[in-house]
Amino acid sequence: MRLRIGVLGLQGDFREHVEMLNLIGVETLVVKLPEDLNLIDGLIIPGGESTTMGRIMENVGIKEPLVEKIKEGFPVYGTCAGMILLSKKVSDYNQPLLGVLDIEVERNAYGRQVESFEVDIKIESLGEKPFRAVFIRAPRIINLGENVKVLAEYKGDPVLVREGNILASSFHPELTKDTRIHEYFLRMVEK
Amino acid sequence: MEVYKGTWMVKKGFAEMFKGGVIMDVTNAEQAKIAEEAGAVAVMALERVPADIRKAGGVARMASIKKIIEIMEAVSIPVMAKVRIGHMAEARILEELGVDFIDESEVLTPADDKFHINKHDYKVPFVCGARDLGEALRRIAEGAAMIRTKGEAGTGNIVEAVKHMRRVQDEIRKVVNMPEEELVKEAKDLGAPVELLREVKRLGRLPVVNFAAGGVATPADAALMMMLGADGVFVGSGIFKSKDPMKMAKAVVMAVTYWDNPKILLKVSEDIGEPMSGLDVNELEVRMQERGW
Repeated sequence: MRLRIGVLGLQGDFREHVEMLNLIGVETLVVKLPEDLNLIDGLIIPGGESTTMGRIMENVGIKEPLVEKIKEGFPVYGTCAGMILLSKKVSDYNQPLLGVLDIEVERNAYGRQVESFEVDIKIESLGEKPFRAVFIRAPRIINLGENVKVLAEYKGDPVLVREGNILASSFHPELTKDTRIHEYFLRMVEK
Repeated sequence: MEVYKGTWMVKKGFAEMFKGGVIMDVTNAEQAKIAEEAGAVAVMALERVPADIRKAGGVARMASIKKIIEIMEAVSIPVMAKVRIGHMAEARILEELGVDFIDESEVLTPADDKFHINKHDYKVPFVCGARDLGEALRRIAEGAAMIRTKGEAGTGNIVEAVKHMRRVQDEIRKVVNMPEEELVKEAKDLGAPVELLREVKRLGRLPVVNFAAGGVATPADAALMMMLGADGVFVGSGIFKSKDPMKMAKAVVMAVTYWDNPKILLKVSEDIGEPMSGLDVNELEVRMQERGW
């Protein structure tokens, strides 16, 4: 059976994730309703505004079924806002979260938009070639549980992490042409 | 390890994050909090909403710094602010302040009647208004990382926004179907760089995010603009000139995500209270859309 990966399409740069997945030959579905979750084998939560996505998720009733699925082992990958939504805790701010990834994040921790940046980082599990990481008003992981594996760091902060079926990055690989993290996620879905 | 700030990738990429979202005009901390709570992806910090700028007349300038700081401190979502067309100094001041996006906007009184700001020169990204493809591409050539169709701000009348969005989409379709040898002439006719026209042809859309603005007053208006191909929606006076801003704001947010789902559109339209009152665009003394060159 051919795999299909969903991209949460409530708000944000979901088109870029769909394009990345198409580049690596994966069938995709833009997910907007709870019933869409039954049609996919894994889900990407894109960048965007985490407060907006969280509130729409609650309004439309997609939050609870998604949390259930993730707890049962459903593979999910969140970028930037997606990582915030997956996290257990956001410091100093109260907003709807899925709360499935054992990290605490601080939003906009690298500063406002004029401080947004790109930088080459090393991701050992993806080989020697550096990865161009784009950080846009990015969140910072300030605490992480013992089961959370750090796959990449920038200046001592974890920026790509994995806890079992959950993958999260504080940067946006979907804005680049580098498909290696999406391929890595595809391998998680295939297993 | 070299770190690059204010790059085209970072500026254009930031605008991509707004897609499928609503950016709301706010004039104080309380309104900003309502907008954030309702699910806005960003707020536009203003002294007055466009409907009141229209009423007040006179020269409309960049909002007071105190006002913008009040709003920046009130919310966690991005804060935008407007500068007058061509006003490089207002833009430098807002960049220094650290607003997340600058709108070089026809809603304020233009400072330069011939030229816009060279937006490549700034670390902060800019959004600009456009009524057609040529205008949009000229702004992108100057460095705008985001475009919004102009519509007619402060009217609560969607007709101009529809006209501008249709025109841009129509001209894009024309370019997409045009043979390569006609592109240079088309660029000359539109007054836009041919390189950008080639990119439009390749992508089948503008090379940056394109929002709708200027006249959105109801969830249905917002959904209409999405149906016409907008990436998202600015709501100026439409939220805080309505009877129940929180309800209206929440409904517009849902309408922009579920523009293609009539069931949800009906549900969110059921109980929104009275929208802002509208103006006939043929009876206006000032047509803001005509500002910009």
